Amino acid sequence: MGRTLAEKVWDAHVVRSADGEPDLLYIDLHLIHEVTSPQAFDGLRLSGRRVRRPDLTLATEDHNVPTVDVEAPIADPVSRTQVETLRKNAAEFGVRLHPLGDVEQGIVHVVGPQLGLTQPGMTIVCGDSHTSTHGAFGALAFGIGTSEVEHVLATQTLQQTRPRTMAVTVNGSLTEGVTAKDLILTLISRTGTGGGQGYVVEYRGQAIEELSMEGRMTVCNMSIEWGAKAGLIAPDRTTLDYLAGRPEAPRGDDWDAAVASWTTLVTDDDAAYDAEIVIDASEVTPFVTWGTNPGQGVPLGASVPAPEDFVTDSDRQAAQKALDYMGLTAGTPMREIAVDTVFVGSCTNGRIEDLRLAAEVLEGRRVASGTRLLVVPGSVRVRLQAEAEGLDKVFLESGAEWRGAGCSMCLGMNPDQLAPGERSASTSNRNFEGRQGKGGRTHLVSVPVAAATAVAGHLAAPSDLSAGV
Amino acid sequence: MDAFTTHSGTVLPLRRSNVDTDQIIPAVYLKRVTRTGFEDGLFGAWRNDPEFVLNNPAHAGASILVAGPDFGTGSSREHAVWALMDHGFTAVLSPRFADIFRGNAGKAGLLAAQVDQDVVERLWALAEQEPAAEVTVDLRTCEVRAGDVTAPFLIDDYTRFRLLNGLDDIAITLSHDDEISRYEAARPSWTPVTLVN
Repeated sequence: MGRTLAEKVWDAHVVRSADGEPDLLYIDLHLIHEVTSPQAFDGLRLSGRRVRRPDLTLATEDHNVPTVDVEAPIADPVSRTQVETLRKNAAEFGVRLHPLGDVEQGIVHVVGPQLGLTQPGMTIVCGDSHTSTHGAFGALAFGIGTSEVEHVLATQTLQQTRPRTMAVTVNGSLTEGVTAKDLILTLISRTGTGGGQGYVVEYRGQAIEELSMEGRMTVCNMSIEWGAKAGLIAPDRTTLDYLAGRPEAPRGDDWDAAVASWTTLVTDDDAAYDAEIVIDASEVTPFVTWGTNPGQGVPLGASVPAPEDFVTDSDRQAAQKALDYMGLTAGTPMREIAVDTVFVGSCTNGRIEDLRLAAEVLEGRRVASGTRLLVVPGSVRVRLQAEAEGLDKVFLESGAEWRGAGCSMCLGMNPDQLAPGERSASTSNRNFEGRQGKGGRTHLVSVPVAAATAVAGHLAAPSDLSAGV
Repeated sequence: MDAFTTHSGTVLPLRRSNVDTDQIIPAVYLKRVTRTGFEDGLFGAWRNDPEFVLNNPAHAGASILVAGPDFGTGSSREHAVWALMDHGFTAVLSPRFADIFRGNAGKAGLLAAQVDQDVVERLWALAEQEPAAEVTVDLRTCEVRAGDVTAPFLIDDYTRFRLLNGLDDIAITLSHDDEISRYEAARPSWTPVTLVN
């Protein structure tokens, strides 16, 4: 009996396996940030423990940092204390930190891949649910809570129960103008937020193979939004091309040895998944959310659904609550929904390819009056690359705000927030109530839809703009 | 962590599915660097609504939260578990939990017990009719008992064992230090490191 990709990575990291106990898994890379780590370091201090492998640990500042005036001290004293706590902890325990102002600072899930630290076949964890992003490289990567952060710091391992496996096979090719984001939003609308619960999901098939690394990261990033433990994609030529020459990627003979190992990271022909979902890529169209969880989405060309469209009582009640919160009326065409703010950024869509897509739509156009567009690079490196390509000028000339790197408006924690009642089109990953600021209303969208929406002032695709909308 | 064997208390009936961790505790409350003091952030936005069930004095002191499916979806923030515990909750019952939330609950000592939807409905009805009704969650028998309701709940065996004994995970793992060291010695030389030796 063959093994799936996920099983191969799992098996290669089992330190100890015993009946009636979870496996003890070795962790190759532990990423940390300011929000979910302070209590873990405190725990170490209280019990007199050290960080077992600071050389497998990397810290950056992302969730709670401003994206303007980044040279100035952080204005909010509570936020400042949290960031300073990370700096003190990193210094005390010998952990490499890329702080605000450093050229390698950025969102933790953008920084790992761009440094080349994220590699196929690794186990990667972080106190952040979007750690699933790193699965795009064929790594087993998942989010953990603060108690587990402390456990990894102290032992470089985690106690984990072997999950079930699922394949999501995407046949055919995505059509022009349809992105990885539309694909994953479509999938989540079919499965609901709990459909992947308990599974490690492998995305495969022609449409997945045709995605860039950035697109694959977008898909894997949102695995958690349908409840999956992790999402991963077998490494291939695209993966190797992305990794080659990155600062922390292997070189010379090490590269050859690594590639030989990575080449084995495919699901065997005779392996069996516990479940499978098949999607026809040609049916996927630009997709947007109308509700307050990522599963409440429809094609951009559709209308706001009515609660009675849903089968179960629970879904009907959830739909009614979502419509009330979102201030929407069933039957309204999605394209008629006007937005106040558009956010391009986050660990879902804040990489260089995303900014290029946004600039392509915005070139020679203006952001609609009454609409604000924030473009927030996922890392300082992404920002510098965008500026080298002149993308910043396109954004500024269109009337957009061009910011420093961070999680920004993906979560209402730093200064970039929606005001109560404000409505956004956002390339981020969560449309939960208040996610982008108390009382804020979020529509999740792809990058091209975000950029076109900024120009039109209401939800729109780039093709609507050429049609003179 | 304190051992958990059985707990009796009253129920807070939360008639919502998909209670994500941004609802349990909004991000703005995550700036603290301590492990306690999160009770004021619990359901931070919903509590502004005077009709919200947590504001109902009849349910004051409830220690068992009963909610719809997909409880704890979204962010990995363990602060969600801490906020529930800081507020006085000892157990959460739901037909389905998000993985990370359930893991965090087990680590922090909050019982996350999976029950069938019909059990949730019966407990909601009971708590709404009779807010002072005593409900027992018994981890020894994996049962929830209330009036004429006796129903099983699911929890994975190892988490149950750890909770029953109040064990410290890190101490358990460190007792396998030799095995970790042996594994480390065999890792491929090309795996990346974050520090230059």
